Amino acid sequence: VLLVPCPWCGPRAEIEFRYGGEAHLDYPDDPQGLTDEEWAAFLFMRTNAKGDAAERWFHAAGCRRWFNAVRNTTSHEFIAAYRIGERAPRAGA
Amino acid sequence: MGSSRAPGGGRIDRGRPRRFRFDGTELEGFAGDTLASALLANGVDVVSTSPILGRPRGVLTTGPEEPAAIVEVTAPTVDVVAPATMLELVDGLEARPRAGTGRLPPASTPARRGEHRYAHCDVLVVGAGAAGLAAADAARRDAARVMLVEQHPWLGGSTVASASSEAAAAADATAERLAADDGIAILSRATALGVYDAGFVVVHERARPAERLWHVRAGRVVLATGASERPIPFADNDRPGVMLASAAATYVRRFGVRPGARAVVFTTNDSGFESAYVLAASGVDVAAIVDVRRGGRGRQLPPPSGAELLPGWTVTETRGDPRLRAVAVAGGASDRVIEADLLAVSGGWDPVVNLHRMIGGGLRYDDATACFVPDGSGPAWLDVVGRAAGAGLAPSAPYWYVPAEDLSRHFVDLQRDATVADIVEALGHGFRSVEHVKRSTYIGTALDQGRTSGAIAAEVVNDALGWQRGAQGPTSARPPFAPVPYSVIAGSARGRLFDPVRTTPIHAWHTASGAVFEAVGQWLRPRYFPRGDEDMEAAVRRECLAVRRDVGVMDASTLGKIEVVGPDAPAFLDRMYTNAMSTLGVGRVRYGLLCGLDGMVVDDGVAMRLAPDRYLVTTTTGGAAAVLDRFEEWLQTEWPELRVYCTSVTEQWSTVAVAGPRARDVLVALATDVDPSPAAFPFMHVRDGVVAGIPARIARISFSGELAFELNVSAWQGLALWEAALAAGAPLGIAPYGTEAMHVLRAEKGYPIVGQDTDGTVTPFDLGMGRIVNEAKGDFIGRRSLRRPDAARADRRHLVALLPLDPRARLPEGAQVASEPSGDPPVRMIGHVTSSYDSPVLERAFALGLIERGRDLIGRTVFARLDGGAVPVTVADPVLYDPEARRRDG
Repeated sequence: VLLVPCPWCGPRAEIEFRYGGEAHLDYPDDPQGLTDEEWAAFLFMRTNAKGDAAERWFHAAGCRRWFNAVRNTTSHEFIAAYRIGERAPRAGA
Repeated sequence: MGSSRAPGGGRIDRGRPRRFRFDGTELEGFAGDTLASALLANGVDVVSTSPILGRPRGVLTTGPEEPAAIVEVTAPTVDVVAPATMLELVDGLEARPRAGTGRLPPASTPARRGEHRYAHCDVLVVGAGAAGLAAADAARRDAARVMLVEQHPWLGGSTVASASSEAAAAADATAERLAADDGIAILSRATALGVYDAGFVVVHERARPAERLWHVRAGRVVLATGASERPIPFADNDRPGVMLASAAATYVRRFGVRPGARAVVFTTNDSGFESAYVLAASGVDVAAIVDVRRGGRGRQLPPPSGAELLPGWTVTETRGDPRLRAVAVAGGASDRVIEADLLAVSGGWDPVVNLHRMIGGGLRYDDATACFVPDGSGPAWLDVVGRAAGAGLAPSAPYWYVPAEDLSRHFVDLQRDATVADIVEALGHGFRSVEHVKRSTYIGTALDQGRTSGAIAAEVVNDALGWQRGAQGPTSARPPFAPVPYSVIAGSARGRLFDPVRTTPIHAWHTASGAVFEAVGQWLRPRYFPRGDEDMEAAVRRECLAVRRDVGVMDASTLGKIEVVGPDAPAFLDRMYTNAMSTLGVGRVRYGLLCGLDGMVVDDGVAMRLAPDRYLVTTTTGGAAAVLDRFEEWLQTEWPELRVYCTSVTEQWSTVAVAGPRARDVLVALATDVDPSPAAFPFMHVRDGVVAGIPARIARISFSGELAFELNVSAWQGLALWEAALAAGAPLGIAPYGTEAMHVLRAEKGYPIVGQDTDGTVTPFDLGMGRIVNEAKGDFIGRRSLRRPDAARADRRHLVALLPLDPRARLPEGAQVASEPSGDPPVRMIGHVTSSYDSPVLERAFALGLIERGRDLIGRTVFARLDGGAVPVTVADPVLYDPEARRRDG
């Protein structure tokens, strides 16, 4: 039961949030121009980092904003949370 | 059975007797007793019989670690299995020995009441022994909000059983000070069940009349959970009268009970001597101290006066019938037998580290105390203090069981009747890991989770394998720390409060009219409206025919509705839906499909263009929240530059669908300022107007293939419109219809239900909806995936109709379909039935299914494989009724 640091609302219980997977995977400018392999890499392949990882979170039962956070996937400790469009304060995995 | 209550002493209230029944016998104890102490006081030797071997068992401990005295409580509340050591004695308590592994109470038994509480604090201290009280006291000096939870009804922990009275006096003084302090919340009878991320702790408080499950978020968690004494396996070590040494001292000091008249103490460490002093001081005749340590190695204390010290000796066997009468000891030149009715055992101490380990804290083996102690790792917000951290534990000889030829009566886990011999046998099978040995022998899997057996089992394994001590530690610890009733976990979320129930503004009418409801997500929707003694089949048939022949009316208010507004709304919807919404004219309606990035259909609905910058889109009843989330996700994370706002308006609108050849007549009868003629109001158009005096948004869309109008009005006016439509339609034979008839009508037209006819592996092309995949408009979610080789496979499953050769043979939904009627398993399946109904207009059973290359098989016979055999079915185009769509204009 994590305490998720929403950059808009402050620390809130995990039950209010939806997890959105790995962050900073930008939707390609021209998906049709990608090969099947390139598209599959975007669609399916994830870093699955052990340690610090940048993730997307959605405060579904709160401010309903998406944001990014760096979380240690071993200790479950949140290192940073930042708004969409901002860079990760510390390099994510 | 004589009383063994001492004439004085103890912390029971002798002025407040408590009457209870055990195994049918009326007995008496005092306030402050547990069932275990009251039974001991009444001279009840056998409290339980062991679950598998049926061996008589007494009382071994004083707490939740109890593996022997397991009872079944029948009053005042039912508890199928409970340790007698944790049952507070109350008037009217009734219990009996647990039968075997326990029996379920009858279903009529009232559940224990539970409620959930939430709390935040700066510091949560678990355990109110000396260390916990000190930690809470220190935290209060920092002016913090403190919570202190203690599993027993009293504070002070094990201080009461110390040989010196100073520890108990100090604990009492601290407890008194804290009890008067408003800044600290003390929960007694409260067990911390689990420690989770970021200082989250779940606590079970055995309060009355309702037990409580606390969700506590603490800035810092201090574990002061103490240590647990280990028994020592020897032959017949499970006999009533064998007790942990500290437990024997606790029964004397807390409960004023002498657990025996003549005692032998068997120990590996000096704490056994401390317990011996307490016993001797209370008048118990301590005959001997059997100490596995030779000479003076590690031993600091003398035996109590009158007690013989046998250094380097061991207890080899117990005798009794069934209660202990004599102890066989060995060590010198000859073995001896010592008469005793109490054998107090101390095999060393294990810090209670379950909670520490649940949250990732590590352990290290400590040679001096022969046990595992916290190694300092774990989250920064967690501290382990006192004996739980290994502080102040008596140094102990590393001694795990008394060697013998026959180890089959050396009990390790009394609740599982598992012995040292069972561990040896498991190792003989090739198991090496303690986790595997645990699962092979069941040691540590009972109520107490191996509190008295886990460490012994691990060291027996290490020893037998020739590995060094501590090579393997105890098995994994998992929540809950102690059993908790499901009814308490459920709390008030039961029955009607289990999940919110959503109903439409017209619900009261449905209820009054005897509708039969079905749950669709959280919504309660009328499934059908039986008349007289109609069953579901008859009612659905009548409702379907009313729509096909005359007119029906349905409450469609549950459909998800989202307003999508802004100058970029057209471009946004083009990116979300497979077809173009930007080219939709104002006042027009278009059906659309939503795909995931993987190209699979996730929802469907219609988009109404209300203005150049304003759409109202509908979703499936169950998909409304997910679709809104999906829109928000893309707008916020990928396209923040798009000027679009999405608003859920599901509950702001009430929707009444009027469908059937006479739907237009109903609209006219309702009095409307909208011209409903086909020329003025064509299919897939939307108009704002007034119906029956109510402002309405009217859409000509149809989910049945018949002429239909969807009347959307303010939710407040929904019931008025519904009643008006029924009154106006009465002369036309109007009938309300429910979701079941709706399903039949849509299936006759081959319209899929997302989530029923699709399952996340179905593309628009699989549904035969390639015509609404618009590649020319530009990119949309899922477009690239529809060109992946897998999406273009020729052998994908297509949505088709399945017509049983026997028109009465209605297929079960989910039935598997094969191309052959018989054959040896495994039979290759080519698809399955997704929807199946009886059609009144087709006068036959029919189904929809996803069938491999289904559209290429139209006209061919395949076989639904059921338990009773194979049902031949013909594959057909999914649109079975009015394929030319001649009926939709009425």
